[in-house]
Amino acid sequence: MADIAMIGDKDSVLLGRAAGLDVYFETDGAAAGKLIDRLARENTRIIFVTEPVFAAAKATVDKYVSSAFPAIIPIPSGSGTTGVAMENIRANVEKAIGADILF
Amino acid sequence: MAVSFKPTRMEMSRLKKRLSTATRGHKLMKDKRDETVRRFITFVRRNKELRERVEALMAEAMRSFVAAKAAMNRAAVDEALLVPAASAKVGISSGKVLSTEVPVFTYIPSASADLPYGVFGTAAELDDAVRKFSELMPLLIELAEVEKTCNLLADEIEKTRRRVNALEYVMIPQLQTAIHTISMKLDENERGNLTRLMKTKDMLKQKEEQ
Repeated sequence: MADIAMIGDKDSVLLGRAAGLDVYFETDGAAAGKLIDRLARENTRIIFVTEPVFAAAKATVDKYVSSAFPAIIPIPSGSGTTGVAMENIRANVEKAIGADILF
Repeated sequence: MAVSFKPTRMEMSRLKKRLSTATRGHKLMKDKRDETVRRFITFVRRNKELRERVEALMAEAMRSFVAAKAAMNRAAVDEALLVPAASAKVGISSGKVLSTEVPVFTYIPSASADLPYGVFGTAAELDDAVRKFSELMPLLIELAEVEKTCNLLADEIEKTRRRVNALEYVMIPQLQTAIHTISMKLDENERGNLTRLMKTKDMLKQKEEQ
Protein backbone atom coordinates (compact mmCIF):
# COMPACT_ATOMS: atom_id res chain seq x y z
CA MET A 1 0.00 0.00 0.00
CA ALA A 2 1.51 3.27 -1.09
CA ASP A 3 1.49 6.29 1.18
CA ILE A 4 0.38 8.60 -1.57
CA ALA A 5 -2.62 8.08 -3.82
CA MET A 6 -4.01 10.01 -6.71
CA ILE A 7 -7.60 10.03 -7.94
CA GLY A 8 -8.87 11.59 -11.13
CA ASP A 9 -9.54 11.11 -14.81
CA LYS A 10 -7.09 8.94 -16.64
CA ASP A 11 -5.27 11.65 -18.56
CA SER A 12 -4.59 13.71 -15.48
CA VAL A 13 -3.28 11.08 -13.14
CA LEU A 14 -1.48 8.60 -15.40
CA LEU A 15 1.77 10.49 -14.89
CA GLY A 16 1.53 9.89 -11.16
CA ARG A 17 2.11 6.23 -11.76
CA ALA A 18 5.57 6.92 -13.13
CA ALA A 19 6.40 8.80 -9.93
CA GLY A 20 5.41 5.83 -7.79
CA LEU A 21 1.96 6.93 -6.65
CA ASP A 22 -1.07 4.70 -6.35
CA VAL A 23 -3.27 5.84 -9.15
CA TYR A 24 -7.05 5.40 -9.37
CA PHE A 25 -9.12 6.35 -12.39
CA GLU A 26 -12.36 7.71 -11.04
CA THR A 27 -14.45 10.66 -12.11
CA ASP A 28 -17.77 9.92 -10.45
CA GLY A 29 -18.28 11.83 -7.20
CA ALA A 30 -20.02 9.09 -5.20
CA ALA A 31 -17.59 6.38 -6.26
CA ALA A 32 -14.64 8.67 -5.53
CA GLY A 33 -16.11 9.30 -2.09
CA LYS A 34 -16.20 5.58 -1.37
CA LEU A 35 -12.69 5.23 -2.70
CA ILE A 36 -11.45 7.99 -0.40
CA ASP A 37 -13.11 6.30 2.57
CA ARG A 38 -11.39 3.06 1.71
CA LEU A 39 -8.00 4.69 1.25
CA ALA A 40 -8.39 6.48 4.56
CA ARG A 41 -9.06 3.16 6.27
CA GLU A 42 -5.98 1.71 4.63
CA ASN A 43 -3.84 4.47 6.10
CA THR A 44 -3.01 6.35 2.96
CA ARG A 45 -1.35 9.56 4.12
CA ILE A 46 -1.89 11.89 1.23
CA ILE A 47 -4.59 11.68 -1.41
CA PHE A 48 -4.27 13.99 -4.38
CA VAL A 49 -7.60 14.49 -6.09
CA THR A 50 -8.14 16.39 -9.32
CA GLU A 51 -10.26 19.48 -8.89
CA PRO A 52 -13.43 18.29 -10.69
CA VAL A 53 -13.50 15.09 -8.63
CA PHE A 54 -12.67 17.05 -5.50
CA ALA A 55 -15.70 19.25 -6.07
CA ALA A 56 -17.92 16.23 -6.83
CA ALA A 57 -16.87 14.31 -3.73
CA LYS A 58 -17.09 17.35 -1.43
CA ALA A 59 -19.23 15.56 1.16
CA THR A 60 -16.60 12.91 1.77
CA VAL A 61 -13.72 15.34 1.62
CA ASP A 62 -15.28 17.50 4.32
CA LYS A 63 -15.31 14.55 6.70
CA TYR A 64 -11.53 14.47 6.74
CA VAL A 65 -10.88 18.19 6.92
CA SER A 66 -10.42 18.30 10.67
CA SER A 67 -8.39 15.13 11.12
CA ALA A 68 -4.63 15.11 10.61
CA PHE A 69 -4.68 12.17 8.18
CA PRO A 70 -5.33 11.63 5.35
CA ALA A 71 -4.55 14.96 3.76
CA ILE A 72 -6.85 15.31 0.78
CA ILE A 73 -5.37 17.86 -1.58
CA PRO A 74 -6.95 19.13 -4.80
CA ILE A 75 -4.64 19.32 -7.81
CA PRO A 76 -5.35 20.81 -11.21
CA SER A 77 -6.55 18.27 -13.76
CA GLY A 78 -5.15 17.82 -17.26
CA SER A 79 -7.45 20.49 -18.61
CA GLY A 80 -6.13 23.16 -16.27
CA THR A 81 -7.27 24.59 -12.98
CA THR A 82 -10.87 25.39 -12.09
CA GLY A 83 -10.09 27.55 -9.08
CA VAL A 84 -11.64 25.10 -6.58
CA ALA A 85 -8.39 24.85 -4.64
CA MET A 86 -7.86 28.60 -4.43
CA GLU A 87 -11.46 28.93 -3.33
CA ASN A 88 -10.66 26.52 -0.52
CA ILE A 89 -7.75 28.62 0.68
CA ARG A 90 -9.94 31.67 0.59
CA ALA A 91 -12.62 29.86 2.59
CA ASN A 92 -10.02 28.96 5.21
CA VAL A 93 -8.93 32.55 5.56
CA GLU A 94 -12.51 33.71 5.93
CA LYS A 95 -13.21 31.08 8.52
CA ALA A 96 -10.16 31.93 10.57
CA ILE A 97 -10.00 35.67 10.31
CA GLY A 98 -13.53 36.59 9.38
CA ALA A 99 -12.57 38.60 6.35
CA ASP A 100 -10.73 37.88 3.17
CA ILE A 101 -7.52 39.80 3.65
CA LEU A 102 -5.12 38.00 1.35
CA PHE A 103 -6.68 38.18 -2.07
CA MET B 1 -28.63 30.45 31.57
CA ALA B 2 -28.15 32.62 34.59
CA VAL B 3 -25.69 31.59 37.27
CA SER B 4 -27.70 30.28 40.21
CA PHE B 5 -26.56 31.31 43.66
CA LYS B 6 -27.57 31.74 47.28
CA PRO B 7 -26.95 35.14 48.78
CA THR B 8 -24.29 34.12 51.28
CA ARG B 9 -20.71 35.14 51.87
CA MET B 10 -19.49 31.63 51.08
CA GLU B 11 -21.22 31.72 47.75
CA MET B 12 -19.80 35.13 46.99
CA SER B 13 -16.22 34.10 47.61
CA ARG B 14 -16.78 31.01 45.49
CA LEU B 15 -18.10 33.13 42.64
CA LYS B 16 -15.21 35.55 43.00
CA LYS B 17 -12.80 32.67 42.59
CA ARG B 18 -14.64 31.53 39.49
CA LEU B 19 -14.55 35.03 38.11
CA SER B 20 -10.80 35.31 38.55
CA THR B 21 -10.29 31.93 36.87
CA ALA B 22 -12.55 32.97 34.00
CA THR B 23 -10.72 36.25 33.59
CA ARG B 24 -7.35 34.53 33.50
CA GLY B 25 -8.65 31.91 31.07
CA HIS B 26 -10.05 34.64 28.88
CA LYS B 27 -6.72 36.42 28.73
CA LEU B 28 -4.87 33.21 27.88
CA MET B 29 -7.38 32.23 25.20
CA LYS B 30 -7.16 35.66 23.69
CA ASP B 31 -3.37 35.42 23.51
CA LYS B 32 -3.64 31.98 21.97
CA ARG B 33 -6.09 33.23 19.40
CA ASP B 34 -3.92 36.17 18.40
CA GLU B 35 -0.80 34.04 18.08
CA THR B 36 -2.58 31.30 16.12
CA VAL B 37 -3.93 33.89 13.71
CA ARG B 38 -0.44 35.32 13.24
CA ARG B 39 1.00 31.91 12.42
CA PHE B 40 -1.99 31.04 10.27
CA ILE B 41 -1.35 34.07 8.11
CA THR B 42 2.23 33.04 7.39
CA PHE B 43 1.08 29.52 6.59
CA VAL B 44 -1.72 30.63 4.34
CA ARG B 45 0.59 32.99 2.42
CA ARG B 46 2.96 30.07 1.85
CA ASN B 47 0.00 27.93 0.87
CA LYS B 48 -1.10 30.39 -1.78
CA GLU B 49 2.40 30.77 -3.16
CA LEU B 50 2.94 27.00 -3.33
CA ARG B 51 -0.38 26.41 -4.96
CA GLU B 52 0.33 28.96 -7.65
CA ARG B 53 3.68 27.35 -8.37
CA VAL B 54 2.25 23.83 -8.39
CA GLU B 55 -0.50 24.90 -10.75
CA ALA B 56 1.99 26.44 -13.16
CA LEU B 57 4.36 23.46 -13.09
CA MET B 58 1.53 20.97 -13.34
CA ALA B 59 0.23 22.72 -16.43
CA GLU B 60 3.70 22.47 -17.93
CA ALA B 61 3.98 18.74 -17.20
CA MET B 62 0.52 18.21 -18.66
CA ARG B 63 1.51 20.07 -21.82
CA SER B 64 4.46 17.73 -22.28
CA PHE B 65 2.18 14.79 -21.64
CA VAL B 66 -0.26 15.96 -24.28
CA ALA B 67 2.65 16.33 -26.69
CA ALA B 68 3.73 12.79 -25.82
CA LYS B 69 0.26 11.49 -26.52
CA ALA B 70 0.36 13.21 -29.87
CA ALA B 71 3.77 11.77 -30.71
CA MET B 72 2.99 8.20 -29.67
CA ASN B 73 -0.23 6.34 -30.00
CA ARG B 74 -2.58 5.95 -27.10
CA ALA B 75 -1.90 2.29 -26.52
CA ALA B 76 1.86 2.84 -26.46
CA VAL B 77 1.51 5.55 -23.80
CA ASP B 78 -0.72 3.30 -21.71
CA GLU B 79 1.72 0.46 -22.10
CA ALA B 80 4.73 2.55 -21.12
CA LEU B 81 2.98 3.65 -17.94
CA LEU B 82 1.27 0.34 -17.26
CA VAL B 83 3.82 -0.93 -14.81
CA PRO B 84 3.92 1.34 -11.81
CA ALA B 85 7.25 2.52 -10.48
CA ALA B 86 8.27 1.41 -7.02
CA SER B 87 6.03 3.22 -4.53
CA ALA B 88 7.06 6.62 -3.37
CA LYS B 89 6.82 6.96 0.38
CA VAL B 90 6.22 9.76 2.78
CA GLY B 91 7.70 9.87 6.22
CA ILE B 92 5.19 11.28 8.65
CA SER B 93 5.59 12.85 12.00
CA SER B 94 3.48 15.37 13.77
CA GLY B 95 4.45 18.82 14.77
CA LYS B 96 2.64 21.20 17.05
CA VAL B 97 1.51 24.69 16.37
CA LEU B 98 0.24 26.04 19.68
CA SER B 99 -1.05 22.67 20.86
CA THR B 100 -2.75 21.97 17.54
CA GLU B 101 -1.36 18.80 16.11
CA VAL B 102 -0.27 19.27 12.51
CA PRO B 103 1.23 16.71 10.12
CA VAL B 104 4.80 16.95 8.89
CA PHE B 105 5.55 15.05 5.69
CA THR B 106 8.94 14.12 4.36
CA TYR B 107 9.04 12.88 0.83
CA ILE B 108 10.98 9.72 0.07
CA PRO B 109 11.05 9.40 -3.73
CA SER B 110 10.38 6.20 -5.57
CA ALA B 111 13.38 3.90 -5.47
CA SER B 112 13.16 2.86 -9.09
CA ALA B 113 15.20 4.31 -11.94
CA ASP B 114 14.58 7.71 -13.42
CA LEU B 115 12.09 6.40 -15.98
CA PRO B 116 9.99 3.36 -15.22
CA TYR B 117 9.90 2.20 -18.86
CA GLY B 118 12.36 1.44 -21.63
CA VAL B 119 13.39 4.27 -23.91
CA PHE B 120 12.77 2.16 -26.99
CA GLY B 121 9.44 2.91 -28.59
CA THR B 122 8.58 5.84 -26.38
CA ALA B 123 8.72 9.48 -27.35
CA ALA B 124 11.12 11.94 -25.75
CA GLU B 125 8.12 14.07 -24.83
CA LEU B 126 6.94 11.36 -22.48
CA ASP B 127 10.30 11.32 -20.69
CA ASP B 128 10.01 15.04 -20.39
CA ALA B 129 6.52 14.86 -18.90
CA VAL B 130 7.51 12.15 -16.42
CA ARG B 131 10.63 14.03 -15.32
CA LYS B 132 8.72 17.26 -14.89
CA PHE B 133 6.14 15.49 -12.80
CA SER B 134 8.78 13.82 -10.65
CA GLU B 135 10.39 17.19 -10.03
CA LEU B 136 7.01 18.47 -9.00
CA MET B 137 6.50 15.79 -6.36
CA PRO B 138 8.44 17.40 -3.46
CA LEU B 139 6.46 20.58 -4.02
CA LEU B 140 3.20 18.67 -4.05
CA ILE B 141 4.08 17.01 -0.76
CA GLU B 142 4.98 20.34 0.79
CA LEU B 143 1.73 21.75 -0.50
CA ALA B 144 -0.12 18.87 1.13
CA GLU B 145 1.55 19.59 4.44
CA VAL B 146 0.95 23.33 4.36
CA GLU B 147 -2.61 23.04 3.14
CA LYS B 148 -3.52 20.53 5.82
CA THR B 149 -1.91 22.73 8.46
CA CYS B 150 -3.98 25.66 7.26
CA ASN B 151 -7.16 23.62 7.45
CA LEU B 152 -6.44 22.48 10.97
CA LEU B 153 -5.39 25.93 12.16
CA ALA B 154 -8.49 27.53 10.68
CA ASP B 155 -10.61 25.06 12.66
CA GLU B 156 -8.66 25.73 15.81
CA ILE B 157 -8.90 29.48 15.45
CA GLU B 158 -12.65 29.26 15.03
CA LYS B 159 -12.95 27.16 18.18
CA THR B 160 -10.70 29.43 20.21
CA ARG B 161 -12.57 32.48 19.06
CA ARG B 162 -15.86 30.96 20.19
CA ARG B 163 -14.39 30.21 23.59
CA VAL B 164 -13.00 33.73 23.95
CA ASN B 165 -16.37 35.21 23.05
CA ALA B 166 -18.27 32.88 25.36
CA LEU B 167 -16.04 33.89 28.25
CA GLU B 168 -16.03 37.57 27.41
CA TYR B 169 -19.70 38.10 26.65
CA VAL B 170 -21.49 35.41 28.66
CA MET B 171 -19.54 33.88 31.48
CA ILE B 172 -17.71 36.91 32.87
CA PRO B 173 -20.70 39.32 32.78
CA GLN B 174 -22.93 36.70 34.43
CA LEU B 175 -20.48 36.15 37.23
CA GLN B 176 -20.04 39.88 37.74
CA THR B 177 -23.81 40.39 37.95
CA ALA B 178 -24.14 37.53 40.40
CA ILE B 179 -21.41 38.91 42.64
CA HIS B 180 -22.93 42.37 42.49
CA THR B 181 -26.38 41.05 43.41
CA ILE B 182 -25.04 39.08 46.34
CA SER B 183 -23.07 42.01 47.71
CA MET B 184 -26.17 44.21 47.42
CA LYS B 185 -28.24 41.65 49.24
CA LEU B 186 -25.65 41.25 51.99
CA ASP B 187 -25.44 45.01 52.42
CA GLU B 188 -29.20 45.22 52.60
CA ASN B 189 -29.27 42.56 55.32
CA GLU B 190 -26.59 44.44 57.19
CA ARG B 191 -28.58 47.65 57.06
CA GLY B 192 -31.74 45.83 58.11
CA ASN B 193 -29.96 44.38 61.08
CA LEU B 194 -28.53 47.74 62.09
CA THR B 195 -31.91 49.45 61.92
CA ARG B 196 -33.46 46.70 64.00
CA LEU B 197 -30.82 47.09 66.66
CA MET B 198 -31.24 50.84 66.78
CA LYS B 199 -34.98 50.48 67.01
CA THR B 200 -34.72 47.94 69.82
CA LYS B 201 -32.30 50.18 71.69
CA ASP B 202 -34.72 53.09 71.39
CA MET B 203 -37.57 50.94 72.66
CA LEU B 204 -35.54 49.79 75.64
CA LYS B 205 -34.57 53.39 76.43
CA GLN B 206 -38.19 54.52 76.35
CA LYS B 207 -39.15 51.68 78.68
CA GLU B 208 -36.45 52.73 81.18
CA GLU B 209 -37.56 56.35 81.11
CA GLN B 210 -41.16 55.49 81.89
